[in-house]
Amino acid sequence: MKLVVAIVRPEKLGDVLESLFRAEVRGLTLQRVQGHGGETEQVETYRGTTVKMELSDKVRLEIGVSDHFVEPTVNAILSAARTGEVGDGKVFVLPVEKVYRIRTGEEDQAAVTPVEEVAAT
Amino acid sequence: MNNSDTAWVLVATALVLLMTPALAFFYGGLVRKKNALNTMMMSVCALGFVGLAWALVGYSLAFGRGNAGVGDLSMAFLRGVGLAPQGTIPHLLFFAFQGTFAVITAALISGAIVERMRFGPYLAFLTLWSVVVYAPVAHWVWGGGWLAKLGALDFAGGTVVHVNAAAAALVVALMLKPRKDYARRAILPHNVPFTLLGAGLLWFGWFGFNAGSALAANGIAALAFANTMLAPMATLVVWTLVDLARTGRATAVGAATSIVVGLVAVTPAAGLVSPMSALLLGAVAALPSYFALLWRAGTRLDDSLDVVAAHGVGGTVGALATGVLAQKSWNGVADGLLFGNPRQLAIQAAGVLATIAFSAAGTFAIVKLLALFGVVRASARDEGLGLDVTQHGEEAYSRGEGAILVLPDAGASHGLPVAARALAETGAGSS
Repeated sequence: MKLVVAIVRPEKLGDVLESLFRAEVRGLTLQRVQGHGGETEQVETYRGTTVKMELSDKVRLEIGVSDHFVEPTVNAILSAARTGEVGDGKVFVLPVEKVYRIRTGEEDQAAVTPVEEVAAT
Repeated sequence: MNNSDTAWVLVATALVLLMTPALAFFYGGLVRKKNALNTMMMSVCALGFVGLAWALVGYSLAFGRGNAGVGDLSMAFLRGVGLAPQGTIPHLLFFAFQGTFAVITAALISGAIVERMRFGPYLAFLTLWSVVVYAPVAHWVWGGGWLAKLGALDFAGGTVVHVNAAAAALVVALMLKPRKDYARRAILPHNVPFTLLGAGLLWFGWFGFNAGSALAANGIAALAFANTMLAPMATLVVWTLVDLARTGRATAVGAATSIVVGLVAVTPAAGLVSPMSALLLGAVAALPSYFALLWRAGTRLDDSLDVVAAHGVGGTVGALATGVLAQKSWNGVADGLLFGNPRQLAIQAAGVLATIAFSAAGTFAIVKLLALFGVVRASARDEGLGLDVTQHGEEAYSRGEGAILVLPDAGASHGLPVAARALAETGAGSS
C-alpha cells in the first residue's frame, strides 16, 4: 500500500477530481494549504502598501491506494493538474506501514480496497 | 419651484445612488470568491465612469431638445443646467436624479458577463453604452422622444432601464461566450448573505427610484411608494410557494432574486396602477422569471447572474402589465386595457420591442468596436486564477500569510532584486 500525496493548483482541483473519478479512485482527503514552489510571486497593492505574496494557495490531496492503483492514480493527477507553468505542484508516493478501516476493522489491502470490489470478490 | 418637492427629490436621488453599491453586493455574493472584487468593481466603477459621461454629454443627449430619436448637445458639459426650475425642482437636481438612473442601468449589464471580461474593455464598454444606448432610449420615453409622443407609459424605467439593460446583457453575454467552467463545473455563490444584503438595500433604494420618479412630494409619489412596497411582497410570496411546491425548500438566493423581480416589474407601473393591481402584478411577475431562470440554466447562454430572466422578463411583464392595469382614476394620465383602452397595450409592446432592437444593435456595435482595439475577454489562465488577483492585484479575503512587504528600496537594502523588479513592473500605476 502507498500514500499518494499531491499538491496542486486550486483552479485545477476540479479537473484533478474528475480525472481521479475516471480512474476509479474513490477515497481521498483534501486540504487547502499554502506553499511556495519557485513560481513568480503575485504582487498585490492595498492603498499604497505593495506586498509580494510569497505563499500561494494550493490544494493537498491524500489518497491511500493499493500497489497496483499507484500508477493510475499518479497518472490521473499528472495529466489533470499540469498547465506547464512553474507552480503546477508535486506528487509524492509514500510507503504505508498499516491501514485500518475504522468501520469494519479491516486491515491493509482490504482497508484501501473500495467497498464495491470487496462485495464482488 | 416647490420646496417640499425639492426636498423629496434630494432624498430620492441619494436613495437611487445607493442602489449601485447595493447591486455590487447583490452580484458580488453570487460569484466565486476569486472574482468577488472584480464583480463588485464592475458596479462601483459605473458610479464614476457613467456619472462622468452623464455630466459631460449623456444628460444632454437624453434630455436636450434634439429630435424624436435623440437629444442634442445643447446642455453638454452642463451648459444651462442651473438652479432655475425644471418642473417644480431645480434643473440641477433633475439632472442629478436622472444621473443615478444612468449609473445603475449600465451597471446592471455586468451581471451577464462576470468572471470573464478584462476590466479595461469593460470600463470602455460601460461608458460608451451609457452614452450611445442609454441616453437615446431615455430620450425616447422621458426626453420628449417618439415613445413619449406615442403615449408610452414608463413611470420609472421598466423599459428604459430594465429591458434596455437586459437586451444589452443578452448580446454581450452571447458575444463573450460562456465562462470556461460553465456547465462543466459547479459554479456556486460564495456569499449568499451578501446577496440578501444587496437585495435589501436595492429595495430600500428603489423607493427613491420609483416614488422619486413622481418628481414631487405628492399623492402620485405616495402611490408609487406603496406599490414599490407591495409588488415585491407578492412576488416573494409566490416565488417562495413555487420553490416549496417544486422542491420542498424555499431558497435564499431565490428570495433575493424574487425581490428584484418584483421591483423590476412594478417599476414601469409604480405611479400608474392601483395598489391591488400592484399586488397582482407582483404575483404574476414571479412566474415567467422563475421559469426563465430554470430554462436558461440548461442552455449555453451564460447570462451568469440572470440579468435577462430578472430584468428582461420582469421588465417586459411590467411594461405590458402597465398597459393592462393602468388606471386613470388613480394616475390621472391614462387607462390600460382593463379600463377600456386596449391601444395602450400595443403602445407598450412597441416600446419594449423597439428598446430591445435598439439596445441589442447598439451593444453589438460597441463590443465589435472594442474588439478592434484589443482582446475583450480575459485569458483562460486569468479566468482560472480569478479576476481579482489578475485584474486588480487584490484579494477579497486575503489571509495575509506569506505576504512580504515590498519597500521602495527593497532591492538595494535587502538584496531582493526580484521584489524591486516586481515593483517596477506592476507598482507604477497602482499606488
